[in-house]
Amino acid sequence: MSGQSATGQSGGALLSDHVREEIDRWVAKFPPDRKRSAVISALHAVQHENHGFLTAPLMDAVAEYLELPPIQVYEIATFYSMFATKPVGRHHISVCTNISCMLRGSDEIVARCEKKLGIKTGESTPDGRVYLKREEECLAACNNAPMMMVDHVYYENLTPDSVDKILDELK
Amino acid sequence: MNYETNTVLFEALKHERSWTLEGYRSFGGYEAWERILRDKTPREKIIDEVKASGLRGRGGAAFPTGVKWSFMPRTSPLQKYAVCNSDESEPGTCHDRDILRYNPHSVIEGMAIGGYAMTATVGYNYIRGEFMAEPIPRFQAALDEAYAAGLLGKNILGSGVDFDLHMFVGAGAYICGEETALLESLEGKPGKPRFKPPFPANFGLYGKPTTINNTQSFASVPTILRKGAAWFAGLGPPNSGGTIIFSVSGHVEKPMNIELPMGIPFKDLLAICGGVWKGRKLKAVIPGGSSVPVVPGDIMMAANMDYDSVKKAGSSVGTGAVIVMDETTCMVRTLERLARFYYSESCGQCTPCREGTGWLDRMLKRIIAGQGRSEDLGLLLDVANRIEGHTICALGDAAAWPVQSFLKHYKHEFQYMIEHKGRSIVEGQPAAAA
Repeated sequence: MSGQSATGQSGGALLSDHVREEIDRWVAKFPPDRKRSAVISALHAVQHENHGFLTAPLMDAVAEYLELPPIQVYEIATFYSMFATKPVGRHHISVCTNISCMLRGSDEIVARCEKKLGIKTGESTPDGRVYLKREEECLAACNNAPMMMVDHVYYENLTPDSVDKILDELK
Repeated sequence: MNYETNTVLFEALKHERSWTLEGYRSFGGYEAWERILRDKTPREKIIDEVKASGLRGRGGAAFPTGVKWSFMPRTSPLQKYAVCNSDESEPGTCHDRDILRYNPHSVIEGMAIGGYAMTATVGYNYIRGEFMAEPIPRFQAALDEAYAAGLLGKNILGSGVDFDLHMFVGAGAYICGEETALLESLEGKPGKPRFKPPFPANFGLYGKPTTINNTQSFASVPTILRKGAAWFAGLGPPNSGGTIIFSVSGHVEKPMNIELPMGIPFKDLLAICGGVWKGRKLKAVIPGGSSVPVVPGDIMMAANMDYDSVKKAGSSVGTGAVIVMDETTCMVRTLERLARFYYSESCGQCTPCREGTGWLDRMLKRIIAGQGRSEDLGLLLDVANRIEGHTICALGDAAAWPVQSFLKHYKHEFQYMIEHKGRSIVEGQPAAAA
């Protein structure tokens, strides 16, 4: 496919057809002169396809495609916590440690993850399998605390043993 | 202690596949919207009905929803927007997630009705990005069904009424729950709150008149219009109409989301949740999400869960997130966790909040590390007081209130820890939980 899309954007040669379609779908939700509104969704799509993190060339491609100055893409990628701007492991694990989870033992859950994976929060396993995100804030599952999110899926009412099982199943 | 539970928003939980159009219709879904389209109900009448219901914003600020709707310049020729705040991220709060999973059509119907009443023909539901796996596909599927059934779009059911509704997905930022930060985010910018005035009703999304309501507020509207404002208002005490979903978390036997009439005694709510876990004693409660002041257990046991009573107890109903702490809870460590949260989520725009939240966080860490100094307590309070009221948005206040209230009620625990070089007053108890 050439650099031209259904909604008239050009550029962004690094982006796959699928990502372009996804971005076009989001652009269509906003007024024609408000393509910038699609930048968050564009970055979600790009990050998903790039195994969980963004690179400068990919962000530049999004900027080009949405006809934005690159800084307007970088500032989104760095402001919002779901975006990673450095290479990280394939599976993203976020353990909530905020008050409701803390009161029900989230510190133990973090400790078990760190021990089992042999890494600290904020690090990825050397084989690139798992990224244990920096401490996560409340994920709105407080009455099933403690909880963690693995690749967007919520695992609730955790115990250290159930954590082991979840981690073992990540390929 | 017999309360009818789950009567408005969680009515859905009593029905099969409540998240589908068919399921939603089985308990009166879209009757209100179809009647409005058929009768061309005057817009003022709908706004008056919502005002009379006593519905107040369930996102935390408790501003009367109908009054908020009346601020929209309905005769303005500008494009107007209705925006739903599903960026649920106030610590302790988890009911909007369930509304989106089990009753997404009520949000759609409420937004359509709100859009009609305010002459907004376009709506966005801003959902937090972390809801990617479940609530987001549920909401999108409901949206697709509503469009397919002709309940959204242009000239809806031949009425001449237009309302287009879109879902928006965030990417992780507590601050985007602040309504003007949310608008910035919708515009594709970092979520940094705007100065008010101008208020969104005059200068909102893309500079156009906009009203933002919380998920639960919008989702309550269809039932209010179907069963009547008086019915809804009568469920709660004066000034606190209707039902609210309490997210009860922390040290209770059965943490849960439960919808109850406003104004029920806190002690009944606690009993419904099985009481304090492990047979322990109640120490403290944060009755409305982490941003509201903490209240000692005995004061809460005498309070009712409505706006006026919780206010009298020194706090706020906030988001309805009730965080329960038992006698083994270390209040210094708990406050440190909250301070860390506000520090990490401050958008960095206002100096008092950006610098002050970090300062609070560092001081509390120092106390826990056993390096606290006797003057730290005064300094904590001083920093909190200098944040409160000195920032563009309420995140600064939300960072200050826990510090002020924890120090007001539990100063001795902080003093003890400073004097004992990091040892908590609860240590030595058999099962220190925090």
